[in-house]
Amino acid sequence: MIKMLSGDEAVARGAWEAGVVVASAYPGTPSTEILEDLVHYPNVYTEWAPNEKVAVDVAIGAAYAGKRGLAAMKHVGLNVAADSFMYASMTGMEAGLVIVTADDPAMHSSQNEQDNRTFAKFGRVPCLEPSDSQEAKDLTIAAFGLSERFDTPVLLRLTTRICHSTSAVELGERVEPASSEPKPFPRNPSKYVMVPGNAVKRHPVIEQRMRDVAAFAETFPYNHVEMDDTSLGIITCGVAYQYAKEVFPHASILHLGMTWPIPDQMIRKFAASVKRLIVIEELDPFLEEAIRLMGIEVEGKSIFPLMGELDPRVVREAAIQAGLLPANQHVALPEVEVGPLPARPPVLCPGCPHRGVFYVLNKLKVPVNGDIGCYTLGLIPPLSAIHSCGCMGASIAVAHGAAKAGSPEHHVAVIGDSTFFHTGIPALINTVYNQSPVITIIMDNRVTGMTGHQQNPGTGFTLQGKPTTVIELEPLVRSLGIRHVKTVPAYNVEEIESTLKEYIKQDEPAVLITLEPCVLLPEVRKRWVPLEVLSDQCNGCALCFRIGCPAILKSDELDARLQRPKALIDATLCTGCEVCAQLCPRDAITFRPVEMEEV
Amino acid sequence: MRDSINFLLAGVGGQGTILASDVLVNVGLAAGLQAKQAEVHGMSQRGGSVTSYVRWGRTVHSPLVGAGEVDVFLAFEKAEALRNLCQLRMGALALVNLAAIEPVTVTSGGQSYPDDATLHQKIAEVTAQVVYVDGEAIAQSLGNIRAANVVLLGALSALMEREGLSGDELSADTWLKVIIGRVPPKYAELNRQAFEQGRQAVEREV
Repeated sequence: MIKMLSGDEAVARGAWEAGVVVASAYPGTPSTEILEDLVHYPNVYTEWAPNEKVAVDVAIGAAYAGKRGLAAMKHVGLNVAADSFMYASMTGMEAGLVIVTADDPAMHSSQNEQDNRTFAKFGRVPCLEPSDSQEAKDLTIAAFGLSERFDTPVLLRLTTRICHSTSAVELGERVEPASSEPKPFPRNPSKYVMVPGNAVKRHPVIEQRMRDVAAFAETFPYNHVEMDDTSLGIITCGVAYQYAKEVFPHASILHLGMTWPIPDQMIRKFAASVKRLIVIEELDPFLEEAIRLMGIEVEGKSIFPLMGELDPRVVREAAIQAGLLPANQHVALPEVEVGPLPARPPVLCPGCPHRGVFYVLNKLKVPVNGDIGCYTLGLIPPLSAIHSCGCMGASIAVAHGAAKAGSPEHHVAVIGDSTFFHTGIPALINTVYNQSPVITIIMDNRVTGMTGHQQNPGTGFTLQGKPTTVIELEPLVRSLGIRHVKTVPAYNVEEIESTLKEYIKQDEPAVLITLEPCVLLPEVRKRWVPLEVLSDQCNGCALCFRIGCPAILKSDELDARLQRPKALIDATLCTGCEVCAQLCPRDAITFRPVEMEEV
Repeated sequence: MRDSINFLLAGVGGQGTILASDVLVNVGLAAGLQAKQAEVHGMSQRGGSVTSYVRWGRTVHSPLVGAGEVDVFLAFEKAEALRNLCQLRMGALALVNLAAIEPVTVTSGGQSYPDDATLHQKIAEVTAQVVYVDGEAIAQSLGNIRAANVVLLGALSALMEREGLSGDELSADTWLKVIIGRVPPKYAELNRQAFEQGRQAVEREV
């Protein structure tokens, strides 16, 4: 049966067909949908872990116990999990272990565009790279096989364009693990306990392993040559293979499904059979440098961009520039000058419970150290209330560091509930232990918001939607020894402001939990009653525009005295959060009369 | 049917652009073609720009479409129609929804939203093959504004037939089957009506 699947869905399908037993992940674009899809398959245990290191350790534990394990994450998640990734390479395991990294060329939703193939080389781990959804499924299955054959974790490298593109996949059946009985956990400390004496003996083993995998790569069916015109030879991988096929329909192509280690003989033979050899790959010159180290003359990043995402146009235009294609293949753009268009930046949703907090922070003019999540959008005008944001869990420690460095202002760290569970807790412990007056605001919207509503340790539900223990934030924070802790409804602008003003006067760590569920959660949406502006009371003072709510528009009607546009509320967008109503000095914003219609 | 068709769908988060492209890629598959889809959405759940490419063809390699190579353009919102105009092949087929969603840069940032005269004029510079539909108004008349994306799919199906882009093998029924398979059962009838109304809106235009 053929079905249209995204690359992420295809990885889930492949893992299921390969008989995966345990899969763990922290949600991160573009990898999130792998576990969201895998949860629907039978006979697989799936979970959201609080962070990627935990996810990898969980998958390793399963693989030690003799069951196939998978951990999935976005590229930067592998930085968090790097420690575990490296020891797993040293020990190997009893059953297949696949670690999925979803890289993000062009940084559609990331803080950098690191190329994680380097992690494979660094960790002495094979790397497989699919070029469409079918290969995403096939290579996931192949990865488990490789892992067991060579006693190694396998890195499956996806990119955004693979994760979030949809193409046809031939579905297969699940091959159940040979034995459903749990194996006895291995009693093999010389392999699994990496004290120096054991680790020293393992290092030559993993170096030899990579030589063995490299020999196998020569016959790996997903490394294949398509010979045609020999005037140009292209070595390529991932989605770049598709662009190469599109732009150079008659060139000879060596398509690598395994990008680390690379098949030495295959590459030498291919290079010798073509007149000019180029590499087309996204991001780093990873293959290019490895091939050049073999003593083979090759071009790559001198022609194609090192930064950002490729597409057929980028590849074609670069090829024309380099004389690989005639200039008449240039595709002209429509000659139209559309003039200035209003920017449409990502924005906090109408009714977002974070909006009021940022309004207050902006008003207080304090330095705000931000973190990764929807609430990073508090940086955008008119809220303009985030001054740093590096990676998951960074906010609290950055604020602490600034305070310890003598930054003269009172620092505020903002962090979401899910991010707090991810890596915020140890940083908060540090503010107490090493005493800084950092004010931490945990913006608790009761869900992992930005990636699309995944459960986390605070929501009371697992990935399967089963009820579980809720990790309550306030008692947790108190248990760390923080004396000033307060939970305030996130829509209560006045109380947020008075609490922060009080905290700023103090000289010890304090935590404000602003609590309100994400407005897009289905159970919250049911109670939306939109607001309206009473036109005769509005004088166009523009205070409500300063909260940057997409539901508040400028009316065509001008205030007679001040000649300023009055406010207007779009009823289809408004959620009735009342933050604007609280700010309006003229009480001109009120609930819209509820129409007697079926909702 | 033509050997290959490159679609671009552009809209604002929350308008159902992704669902529409999901339907479109599956219609391509149902028509016996190879099909691929690739989407770009921003960092927020609501209110950001969303674009999605769909490709149908005897053979489809790249999921992305290079600028200047879009054959069929489906714009869910007027400013997004203009923003993506340079992606089109000259003379491409365009279906533009008459919705205006003002970004916060307009409501609170002092930038201005393009007027309708500009919209019509700029699109006319790129293609004469353009149809405007008020998807929200039609969906509203059916009692649910959220069905606007299916109204547009109905309009697109009729438009592609009219321009000879669909061929005999791709019937309206094929589109409808894919749509009904994609929406919750309780909204099946609403979506069937929305699809039909969208088709009629284009048929009336002739």
